[in-house]
Amino acid sequence: MPGSEFVLAGLFGLIVATTLGGALLAVLATRVIRSVAGLAICAVGLAGCYAFLQSPFLALMEILIYVGAVCVTIIFGVMLTEPDEPPPPESHRREAWWGGAALLVGAAVFGGIARLGLTGAWPAAAARPADGSVQAIGVALLTTYSLPFELISLVLVVAILGALVIARRGRGGP
Amino acid sequence: MSPLHLYDRPAVYLVLAAFLLAAGGYGLVRRRTFIGMLISGELIFSAAALNVLALNRFVAPDPAKGQVFVLFIIGLAAAEVAITLSIIIAIYRNYRSIHSKELAELKG
Repeated sequence: MPGSEFVLAGLFGLIVATTLGGALLAVLATRVIRSVAGLAICAVGLAGCYAFLQSPFLALMEILIYVGAVCVTIIFGVMLTEPDEPPPPESHRREAWWGGAALLVGAAVFGGIARLGLTGAWPAAAARPADGSVQAIGVALLTTYSLPFELISLVLVVAILGALVIARRGRGGP
Repeated sequence: MSPLHLYDRPAVYLVLAAFLLAAGGYGLVRRRTFIGMLISGELIFSAAALNVLALNRFVAPDPAKGQVFVLFIIGLAAAEVAITLSIIIAIYRNYRSIHSKELAELKG
């Protein structure tokens, strides 16, 4: 089709803008619930990036886990505590100094790594014997990576049990 | 290089991942509550996953390996969120606050 590449380019621009806007909202919003919404938007944009990187299975997993599980869990945390940022108690000048320092560090990190990514001579992929299909991922998970696969399920079980134990202690009044 | 085929270049994804990492670091410094810091940490996890997946798509010979790796990253991020939220709730029960300024003592 003649116009399909314009549609693809527009879609890619939209996805990148979604990711950037979600990340900015997650970091800069003052209400924490808006910050969680920013994380969800950022996860949707990242899922689009994964789809453009020829990993549709990971795009599905990103939406399922980040939007469906992580953000909902954080919202539970928001409901159980009172996470809104207090008005800054320190002086205005000190606040501005910290903000400037954090912005400087963030800009330095971004500039340095973006420069590395832009100027690096990335070699093109050699022969690609396998495709990245869902079938290939499943075979890799159950043959080559069966030990890490079992280990990560163990990690998840330990995390669930640890979360239950930690959050249970102290119940019945502080 | 034409801007129409920008999605076929690794540099776009790498710069996007660098931005996510920088935003996460900025949020970790600036946020004054633990849940805000947790969200910034999730941004850093996402930056790592995007970086791995971009290099996997454009440089690596076997595209299934990087996807498995990113699946592990996502699983570890989920485990981290569960642990961190339980710690936050335990802290809130004890201190009635999750503002990082007020939790400056280690002895409980």
